[in-house]
Amino acid sequence: MQKNIQKYFALFALPTLIAFGISFVVPFVLGVYLSFTEFTTVTNAKWVGFSNYTKVFSDQDFLNALWFTLKFTVISVLSINIFAFLLALLLTRGIRGTNLYRTVFFMPNLIGGIVLGYIWQLILNGILFKFDVTLTFSPTYGFWGLIILTNWQLIGYMMVIYIAGLQNVPKDLIEAAKIDGATRFGILKNVTMPLVMPSITICLFLTLSNSFKLFDSNLALTAGAPSKQTTMLALDIYNTFYGKAGWEGVGQAKAVIFFVMVALIVLVQLLITRRKEVEG
Amino acid sequence: MEQSLETKRGNAVISLLLLLLAVLFLAPILIVLMNSFKGRFFISDTPFQFPTAETFVGLDNYTSGVAKIGFFNAFGLSVFITVTSVAVIVLFTSMTAWYITRVKTKFTNLLYYIFVFSMIVPFQMVMFTMTKTANTLYLDNPIGIVLIYLGFGSGLSVFLFSGFVKSIPLEIEEAVMIDGYNPVQSFFKVVLPLLKPIAITVAILNVMWIWNDYLLPLLVIGSEYQTIPIAIQYLKGGYGSIDIGAMMAMLVLAIVPIIIFYLFCQRYIIEGVVAGAVKG
Repeated sequence: MQKNIQKYFALFALPTLIAFGISFVVPFVLGVYLSFTEFTTVTNAKWVGFSNYTKVFSDQDFLNALWFTLKFTVISVLSINIFAFLLALLLTRGIRGTNLYRTVFFMPNLIGGIVLGYIWQLILNGILFKFDVTLTFSPTYGFWGLIILTNWQLIGYMMVIYIAGLQNVPKDLIEAAKIDGATRFGILKNVTMPLVMPSITICLFLTLSNSFKLFDSNLALTAGAPSKQTTMLALDIYNTFYGKAGWEGVGQAKAVIFFVMVALIVLVQLLITRRKEVEG
Repeated sequence: MEQSLETKRGNAVISLLLLLLAVLFLAPILIVLMNSFKGRFFISDTPFQFPTAETFVGLDNYTSGVAKIGFFNAFGLSVFITVTSVAVIVLFTSMTAWYITRVKTKFTNLLYYIFVFSMIVPFQMVMFTMTKTANTLYLDNPIGIVLIYLGFGSGLSVFLFSGFVKSIPLEIEEAVMIDGYNPVQSFFKVVLPLLKPIAITVAILNVMWIWNDYLLPLLVIGSEYQTIPIAIQYLKGGYGSIDIGAMMAMLVLAIVPIIIFYLFCQRYIIEGVVAGAVKG
């Protein structure tokens, strides 16, 4: 049968492979190469070795963006997952209206980052107006603005994944623990949590990569103001490419570093939580 | 089982808490809706006040916003790109996933891992080189961008389809091929109908991504064509020149189609998102 299917390679695999090659494979390889060159268009690249990379690490904008992104990622991942898990616990108790609440909490996830940014710009500026300041008055406001925005966007999404995980926990297991005299917190910690570990793995993965790669809402909410202090990595890379003539090579080097960081963070997280799943 | 008085009371408190949270979750959208009917000078400072006889401007913001950004053109373009790209992605990546799962060679195995690898690569890594490649190959138009989306969406889609194909017993396909079906017939008449549940998941995840996508269409076709997110960002214009009344109206028009889509297919959307996450 395999031989038979193989004859149809051109029909089944080729269209996807051509598109994949054009929009991913070629640009990826070219991108790695260009990070070692100086260029303005792809065709005039000149090999410069690691000099783009050394420039990246002495670029204060990049270091600021890196620090801001790391802080942001830690706080948003923790807050989103804690709130989402608590909501999921509340919504798996068979309370009336559960489906309606689920619908409402999930809804913000369908709204795109640009639109989200302007919605929250209106609301946060409206609140801050009472204190005679605006969102771009201090980077602290922009930081917490982005935290609130991503929480609003992603809590419902993670919540539905946690609900699916919680519904898979066998009821008799919890009853048995109750009969054995376990406390509510004890059941949560020793019975429920280990069993929903796969959901935790997924939600951590999704929130980590979403937070670390945030671009659209960052651009719409503050666009990095005041004076680039709320610029995250993705936006900094964009600004380097399209806002600083002659820095394309440095921009590409930043992009490669960004990719390596995303890959490392995600892989380490998957390794750690997957191991917990096996132990649990 | 009879509920104790204590759990009943507990549930009442939780219901109240959930109701409060639901209002909090809906408030941002309702506030934008309310402000879209107010004159532009009465929005930034007092976004939480209802329109009064003095501040109410009817549909003025809508008419001026629609004219300013050519909203209906942007809407048409967003619908065209999203629908076409998603249809193309579902069709071609399901074929490719079936091919590389059923034909077991070193080459197809390598392809599978490259597809999986592409899922963790952030857009910024290939942003510049992909845009240049698209320009060079004359793909910088609404038709060409469909090919770009097929390439960019193929990682996740092939991965999800492959996981599902593995769970389909080989015997079914072997039986129909013995009956004289060629691979094309057996894929379209037998396999594809079985893939329906995962095809819905793939379609929904890609709709949510492409409909809201900002940076990719901006870079590839943004100089000539505007999708909704691009048009909204464009409305912000230069420094401080923003017509916030028109902005509110356009935010409402951007959100309404998604919410209608969501309310009609919410069961599929939530289940699809959970299935996509659990498989991923």
